[in-house]
Amino acid sequence: MRIANSYIGQPIERTEDLRFLRGRGTYVADINRPRQLTAVILRSSIAHGRLNGIDASRALQLPGVHRILTAKDFDTEIPRIALRLQPLSDLEPFHQPMIADQKVRYVGEPVAVVVAETAAIAEDALDYIAVDIEPLPVFVSREQADAALLFEQHGTNCAITWKALRGDADAAFKMAEYVRRERFKVQRHAAMFMEPRGFVADWDGQKLTVWGAAKTAWYNRRLLAASLRLPIEAVDLVEVDVGGGFGSRGEFYPEDYLIPAAAKVIGRPVKWNEDRREHMIAANHAREVECEVEIAATRHGRVLGLRGQIWSDVGAYVRTNGSVGPRNVAQYMSGPYAIENIELTSSMLLTNKTPTGTYRGPGRFETDFIRERMLDLVAKDLNIDRLELRRRNLVADRQMPYPLASITPYDSSTELDSGDYHAVFDRCLAEFDWKTKEQFSGRLIDGYYHGLAVGSFIEGGAAGPKEQARLVLEPDGTLSVYLGSSSVGQGLETIMAQIAADATEVPYEKIRVLHGSTSHVKEGYGSYHSRATVMGGSAILLAAEKLKQSIKASAAKRLGCAAEEVVLDGEQARGGNRSIAFAELIEVPIEIEAEFFNNKQTWAYGTHAAHVAVDPGTGHVKVLDYMAVEDVGRTINPATLHGQAIGSIVQGLGGAFLEHLVYDENGQLLTGSFADYLLPTASDFPKIRSLTVDLKPCPNNPLGAKGGGEGGIIPIGGIMANAVADALKHLNVQPMELPLSPPRVWALVEAAKAQLAS
Amino acid sequence: MKVEFELNGTRVGADVEARTTLADCIRDQLKQTGTHLACEHGVCGACTVLMNGQAVRSCLILAVQAQGERVVTVEGLSRDESLTPLQAAFRKHHALQCGFCTPGFITTAHALLTEEPEADEERIRDVLSGNLCRCTGYVPIIQAVLEARSAYAHKGNEE
Repeated sequence: MRIANSYIGQPIERTEDLRFLRGRGTYVADINRPRQLTAVILRSSIAHGRLNGIDASRALQLPGVHRILTAKDFDTEIPRIALRLQPLSDLEPFHQPMIADQKVRYVGEPVAVVVAETAAIAEDALDYIAVDIEPLPVFVSREQADAALLFEQHGTNCAITWKALRGDADAAFKMAEYVRRERFKVQRHAAMFMEPRGFVADWDGQKLTVWGAAKTAWYNRRLLAASLRLPIEAVDLVEVDVGGGFGSRGEFYPEDYLIPAAAKVIGRPVKWNEDRREHMIAANHAREVECEVEIAATRHGRVLGLRGQIWSDVGAYVRTNGSVGPRNVAQYMSGPYAIENIELTSSMLLTNKTPTGTYRGPGRFETDFIRERMLDLVAKDLNIDRLELRRRNLVADRQMPYPLASITPYDSSTELDSGDYHAVFDRCLAEFDWKTKEQFSGRLIDGYYHGLAVGSFIEGGAAGPKEQARLVLEPDGTLSVYLGSSSVGQGLETIMAQIAADATEVPYEKIRVLHGSTSHVKEGYGSYHSRATVMGGSAILLAAEKLKQSIKASAAKRLGCAAEEVVLDGEQARGGNRSIAFAELIEVPIEIEAEFFNNKQTWAYGTHAAHVAVDPGTGHVKVLDYMAVEDVGRTINPATLHGQAIGSIVQGLGGAFLEHLVYDENGQLLTGSFADYLLPTASDFPKIRSLTVDLKPCPNNPLGAKGGGEGGIIPIGGIMANAVADALKHLNVQPMELPLSPPRVWALVEAAKAQLAS
Repeated sequence: MKVEFELNGTRVGADVEARTTLADCIRDQLKQTGTHLACEHGVCGACTVLMNGQAVRSCLILAVQAQGERVVTVEGLSRDESLTPLQAAFRKHHALQCGFCTPGFITTAHALLTEEPEADEERIRDVLSGNLCRCTGYVPIIQAVLEARSAYAHKGNEE
């Protein structure tokens, strides 16, 4: 008999790599259809204005230009992009039209679609289109009050306000021995995945096929079908290889409608690929918040409450998941700490900038910056060791499950499911070697001031309501696994094959994973909120169990024994004293479907520690060492998990130090290229270490796993700001704003020196 | 206008506009889609190909500039079904996730190790800092390139 499969937990080399490494991947730009035309999109160059007219007559004279489509060509009433998450009716007025029909509200908003023989011809045509936009006053920052209204009927630029509540914050602040109030700011930045978005749409008169789906194909299919007034069966979305997502790719954007609609109007396949500048003004931005928050504590450093107001700049419209960040920043500010009294409001502010959505660790990166900064300020004010302060406040194992603040108006309650937060905290300090490194705190060595910081975080995952898996076992013994989960580059094919191999005992090499396309399962959900492994993986487990029962039942008949006596090893069934090979037993493919339902989030958690060195003359910060420890309940593939952790950390360091989408007062983006918008490079952050532990399996799913794809990024802003403060403690430098760019850190140093001198 | 060059060991020809980039020519006309475009302004390095052994950005080179030259893309590095030692090291160290930037890293690292098989970590980081990766954080990429050095040690200037 074969030895039982044990792929889960192994660093299996990825199936995907064999094609990616040899240039044989198929990304959407690699898809071409016969008779295909290419589209480019004319976008508003004005941040706010009334759209009075578009004259495309000159452009249409260019050889090779087929059509120039504006709002009136698409529909009598332009559909709006409905919200996928938190679909509150109060937010309906702020849904984005698929193409501007009356007003433009940000630079980059689509106003026309040029369809031509080639992209070059279509781009030439852009210059010949005359767009008449009557400019309106522009609103880009909260200080301008409601100087210009984006939606006049609404009367204010505040869309809605979220409120996170727990306990009695006012009472806690009244009796607290210590209270501190501070203002914080996090800058606008974005996911900035490497493969630009794109679609190829083909309408054959009855069926619309769209290549380029990602993340949430089934939701997008429903919205696209409804927007085009087609039955849902007439629309298929196909996921090919996807070059990164990080929350942003795969949400329903205007182009998700415009390109298929153009193909339908014209009757020929239409292809569109955005360029980088376009990506930077068209795809979701994220993270821009400012706040005024108070913390209350006993004089022993036990945190009693959080209270305050947060403003989230959501840009010109509320997009599909535009509420997630503003909600999370309020609901999860307490993080892994037992803070019993919370009253935080988070207002979604509409501005004349690109609309926002989720980016890895949405709201969590921001809120952890705020909270971890405040904890270090409390420690300093009360003269308590910052490690000890955190130990006093981390949620204890015995307090699990631990409820977080509730949130309105789209109510959702959640509780931390399990964890030994103190054990992971201490493990991180040990791996980092805090004891030895502590001596560097605040020291000047070779012109650099050294600083340390530590911070803990929680990472929500496994959003419900469900995920589907369909298994097909062929007579030749190969197993096809069809999934509602989608791949955005995280190694889904490998991880799911590991889970399926262990669950079915089918040899790993005989398993094929197909994912993300709407033809694969009836109703998939996709990959977001660190959910694919838990949700898709658990659905595989349920389907595998049904598959085995089915095989056992048919084997029992052939072997002349009871189904319970049949033992399977993935290639044959044994029972009585006989055995039968699958190849002989299975005459037609066996097909099994299963759904895994879940209404509880998984809560992975961890602690990071960092050692930095600050050059006071330039403001440059070197990250000398970075240690991350996270408990994900059960690791499926340590290689892919560490890969995501380290990648996520470096993204977070980008957000902490480099990345900034800067707008001027006219609503023009000033950082529209990779020369202006700085991503981390190979020489920036060489020493990043990651360790995952499986201390506390998740009690809420059969895998015991917790979503772990985002965690790395969450605590970084706070840790880096605290490390800089620690390095410059002789000057009492206290960064309250990100990014910690050299000019900002330098200015903080200079201001602190001036303060000391006066 | 007509352009002819050697692509992955084969003579190829294409009819291009003067403004057509080498990347667009390779991808759209010669159907070698392993070369990827992620910024089209010469910063990200995803489109890196080898021209006469030198790593160049095919989004910044015009197709006509390749006239008579020897061009190798990621597809041309592994001639059979197996991975080259550099590619195998990438796989072993999990030096790629979404795979989109990977062809540019492979071609850039190949050019570096071909010329400098003894490049140290700092040199490797320095050279690869011209390529952007959003998934991996670069740590495993550096490990993979360090490990692949031994395969280039006495190989000479072969592509």
